[in-house]
Amino acid sequence: MLAKLYLLGFGDEGWGLSLLVTAAVTLLLSITGFLMGTVFGSLAAAGRLSSYRLPKTLAYCYGTAFRGVPDLLTIYLFYYGGSVALTALAGFFGSTQFIGLPTFATGVAAIGIISGAYQSEVYRGAYLAIDQGQFDAARSLALPRFQMLRLVIAPQLVRHAIPGLSNVWQLVLKDSALISVIGLVELMRQAQIGAGSTREPFIFYLAAAALYFLMGSITNQIFRLMEARTARGFSRS
Amino acid sequence: MIDVHFFLKIIPTLLSGLPLTLQLSAASIVFGLVLALTLALAQLQARWFVVWPIRGFVAVFRGTPLLVQIFLIYYGLGQFRPSLRAIGLWWLFREPYWCAILALTLNTAAYGSEIFRGAIRNVPQGLAEAALSLGMSRLLTLRFVILPLAFRQALPSYSNEVILMIKGTSLASIITLMEVTGIAQGLISQSYRAIEVFIAAGGIYLTLNFTIVHLFTMLETKLTPYRIRA
Repeated sequence: MLAKLYLLGFGDEGWGLSLLVTAAVTLLLSITGFLMGTVFGSLAAAGRLSSYRLPKTLAYCYGTAFRGVPDLLTIYLFYYGGSVALTALAGFFGSTQFIGLPTFATGVAAIGIISGAYQSEVYRGAYLAIDQGQFDAARSLALPRFQMLRLVIAPQLVRHAIPGLSNVWQLVLKDSALISVIGLVELMRQAQIGAGSTREPFIFYLAAAALYFLMGSITNQIFRLMEARTARGFSRS
Repeated sequence: MIDVHFFLKIIPTLLSGLPLTLQLSAASIVFGLVLALTLALAQLQARWFVVWPIRGFVAVFRGTPLLVQIFLIYYGLGQFRPSLRAIGLWWLFREPYWCAILALTLNTAAYGSEIFRGAIRNVPQGLAEAALSLGMSRLLTLRFVILPLAFRQALPSYSNEVILMIKGTSLASIITLMEVTGIAQGLISQSYRAIEVFIAAGGIYLTLNFTIVHLFTMLETKLTPYRIRA
């Protein structure tokens, strides 16, 4: 077992560098997907909080559906569904080939949609946690609606949202491993490739687990720091 | 755009995967609950050689993707076939079915033990002191005062964990188990009708999850009649 550790090294036969590079792909995929989820999530939260029925229902259905359906199924929907749509579009312009979707973009879209559903709940909760007096105070200063949101509400919303967002981020980082099923060579896929060609699955999946663990721990610390920073001025009871 | 005939045709096919989904979920939830409670209770002991290994186990299983855990158990441990055979555990690690259940169990036990640990810690200290002052032993206090209250408090978070587990069983399809998601993937790659299959399979999971949420809400109402919100 220990004799095989050279496989993870950086020498000629070592897979160390490719594992690190693909860990960076995982990180990039997760960050981009998470940011896309922020967009979907805030839109959906705004919909849920709206007083009109249509956006409310749409946002509710979006949140419920993508939080209740396995992420793997959503990923298949995006990959196959997107490819079929793209092929149909290309067929319209005279192409007869089947076109596969770029896997990175598909992964980002799938993670964005899934994490957006989770993030919408975080933002909604954070918005509802803001004291009503803050809105009244902003109105009494005759702040226009946009300025009220930007200067008064948003900063407080971020403070309430960070712990929840930190949870969603951990979920996203681990979910990104599922994108390996559509063939994107991120950390999980690279570990599979390594395991297959060296016939040493144990050591490769252990290495992948360690790298995920490391990325999760470091990013968790970053969120802790942000939480502490946004919470300064508020005493802990 | 949606082919209704095709949609109706695939529903029975997808439902044929439901028993396996339910088996995987039920087995891992039951085993996972027992293990989670054991781990949470064991941590009430302040001995470092008990607490540290458990903390390590929990951190590792919460900090790594479920897919990696499944692969590590199924493919990774499969590499040690001679040794596993020697200790008589090969039957377990040979079958993707048992490997999936083992991985899901360990995963949910790690999350569950944190939920129960938090809930036990949140039971007001005064209640335990009151019970001890009545002459109840530590075990009796645990059994009649702390655990019932902790259990009630843990219910909402635990129902989330159960839903996550149901969704987690979909990963078993990657190690060849044809449960609902596995069948769905097969149907999509045969027919290329992703939307219909997604709606049908998604509908099955949503129905399942709604039922579970409903059951938990009922249990919660039953256990906490004084806390019902209008």
